[in-house]
Amino acid sequence: MKEKPKLIDENGRRIDGRRPDELRPLRMEVGVLKNADGSAYVEYGNTKVIVAVYGPREIHPKHLTLPDRAIIRCRYHMTSFSTTERKSPAPTRREIELSKVIREALEGVIFTELYPRTSIDIFIEVLQADGGTRTAGITAASLALADAGIPMKDLVAGVAVGKIDGVLVLDINEVEDEFGEADLPVAMMPSFKEITLLQMNGVLSEDEFWEALKLAEKGVMEIYKAQKEALLNKYSRVKVEVEE
Amino acid sequence: MSITPTSGRIIPRLRKDTILSLLEKDTRLDGRRLDEYREVIVAPGVIPKAEGSALAKIGSTTAIAGVKVGVGTPFPDTPDEGVLTVNVEFVPLASPTLEPGPPDENAIEIARVIDRCLREIRAVDIGKLVIIPGEKVYIIWLDVYILDHDGNVLDASMLAGMAALLNTKLPKVEIDEKKNVKIVREETTPLPVNHKVVTVSIAKIGSKLIVDPNLDEDDIIDAKITIGISDDGRIVGLQKAGSGVLTYDDLKLAMKYAKENAAKLLKILEEKSNTKVDLDDVLKSYIEGKILKHQVV
Amino acid sequence: MPIYVQNRELVTPGTLLAENEDLRLETPTVFKHGNKVYSSTIGLVDLSDKRINVIPLEGKYIPKVGDLVIGLIEDYGLTYWIVDIKAPYKAILNVGEVLNRPFNPLKENIKNIYDIGDYVLAKVIAFDRTKDPALTTKQKGLGKITKGRIVEIIPSRVPRVIGKKASMITMLKTETKCQITVGLNGRIWIIGPSPEYEEIAILAIKKIENEAHTSGLTDRIRAFIRKELEKRELKVVEGEGKA
Repeated sequence: MKEKPKLIDENGRRIDGRRPDELRPLRMEVGVLKNADGSAYVEYGNTKVIVAVYGPREIHPKHLTLPDRAIIRCRYHMTSFSTTERKSPAPTRREIELSKVIREALEGVIFTELYPRTSIDIFIEVLQADGGTRTAGITAASLALADAGIPMKDLVAGVAVGKIDGVLVLDINEVEDEFGEADLPVAMMPSFKEITLLQMNGVLSEDEFWEALKLAEKGVMEIYKAQKEALLNKYSRVKVEVEE
Repeated sequence: MSITPTSGRIIPRLRKDTILSLLEKDTRLDGRRLDEYREVIVAPGVIPKAEGSALAKIGSTTAIAGVKVGVGTPFPDTPDEGVLTVNVEFVPLASPTLEPGPPDENAIEIARVIDRCLREIRAVDIGKLVIIPGEKVYIIWLDVYILDHDGNVLDASMLAGMAALLNTKLPKVEIDEKKNVKIVREETTPLPVNHKVVTVSIAKIGSKLIVDPNLDEDDIIDAKITIGISDDGRIVGLQKAGSGVLTYDDLKLAMKYAKENAAKLLKILEEKSNTKVDLDDVLKSYIEGKILKHQVV
Repeated sequence: MPIYVQNRELVTPGTLLAENEDLRLETPTVFKHGNKVYSSTIGLVDLSDKRINVIPLEGKYIPKVGDLVIGLIEDYGLTYWIVDIKAPYKAILNVGEVLNRPFNPLKENIKNIYDIGDYVLAKVIAFDRTKDPALTTKQKGLGKITKGRIVEIIPSRVPRVIGKKASMITMLKTETKCQITVGLNGRIWIIGPSPEYEEIAILAIKKIENEAHTSGLTDRIRAFIRKELEKRELKVVEGEGKA
């Protein structure tokens, strides 16, 4: 049994030096793969995910599709070397559950009625896991969908709030998740404050829950800003080169 | 059971004609010479959490390799050796024609070719991976994922895999009186690597041989030969693919191309082995079109 | 009607564009939520024509009846072909939309007309939500493409290759000495006096695709083509090259 480390020190600082309401360093790149219709790479601190989107496209067998809108196929998968202990390449029950909640977090945001009888495929690959992989995955998937030109109501941004040593903290890493009292991943459409993913593992009082949600919203708005910057960056880079 | 591939890309006739007519003039669609690789990038250490890792790009083809180290029992017939297992996966991110699922014959073939190229020459010194002879040894898992498929994934996988092994740190182990083995991740030594190995893949289209076929060229090849070459100039693996034939002259020329290009690839591996690159920066370089120049011309 | 963005501003999905109770027209790139108008894709704001629109910078080709497209034959049945036109849907080409005479599938093989791997210049004759798009090659000038090169670009960048009042495409043809036929689905057919000219045309088109959202493009592309011609010691067209 691993020994539980002290998660918050006397100055209110976390193991990696962050304050409770601080996100990890974010990095986002859009359009990183040649073959995919849309792609993005996102880092939340040491968590690294890459997403490819294909579609809308026809798939076989045709009876899987719907006559009035596109279906979404979403696969969340972790590489064998992404975790501390090597993970077998075969899909685990956790990956299957996460594929579902992530699909549901994105499906309602996409204007699927524009593309009947097609499929929009979202493939998430976690390259390094340090907590918050599903939220980083959703954030990256939104960027990849936008990169593919698929119309959506808004980008979706996700972040996990945790409770560690009695304190609510934003964007928990793996250690905080493992030894904390609660883990609350949230994803929202920032422009409309509408929640598309909400889960909890652990125990919270009702007051703590509402506070945690507010903290999540703060994180989501910061991540949204970074998402928009990453998308605009793809084009402004060319503008800068052109003007030189 | 292996079945003739039926679902794949449609090769436009016009493109095929253009490629063939360019080959007549000893040149290719992207302007390369027949014996020339695309831009090669090797970025070690991109996944710091893994014991070893590296990303390799050949043109747009992208492979990422990770090494995980564990402790386990040796194979019964080799009680004094550690275990190295190689796995390759084509994830659906890499190409529009891929579906999720267990590795197909292509992924398995690549994994086994890489494994053979490393095994007989003992590129990884598995004799030095014994903890308790006959009972406990180090297990080295080399997992390669293809993220973007633009042809010649085999060479990209081998490069990524070899660079990841060179980058690998072996965690220390502690054995107690009851022969329980505890992994101490904080203390490491480099994985004992005796040889660097690379593969050079050469395709045959009509009567011409081309090195490092891209995806468009791969669609129309008749046969392909992959030659594994070690840093001391020995041939450590051979694999012919495709249903076409190779003549003795083909093999002579292929061997010449392989030796020349192996030297260049080994040089890149050598130069890169002590650097550390951010995954974000490597991926960014694709978008910017300014691919970091690691290739020695 | 308060407008929150400028013309040609780069916007992302979920960006608030304006508040307008009168907006009746919803395109795939603009939608209403209450009485607020938002962008649904990444694109450039277009405030001309007194309405708000967003011109998308990415996305597959959405077929429109009457469009000239370049398709790739992927498969066939007894009396029809399945054609890839870089859209979310494959297109159907019936033998009745190709031949001016009756076709007997028992006596003739359809692959002798168009075979898998052939590029065809075609027109979209039908498309709606319930059916795959249908093509024709019956009109003059349409049919199998037998020589030259095909270059593919993102369909939303095609208008930039054509340019305002065909200014860009005219300049390209003159400067590169190539015949250039633009498929609205993002495939462009080039026939030049030699492979070198064709290659320059392809590079120029790829450059336009990459810089489609910038200004001063026509002059930059002309300069680029002239530099490439010089590099290969080919003849440059005299004068400004205005048609």
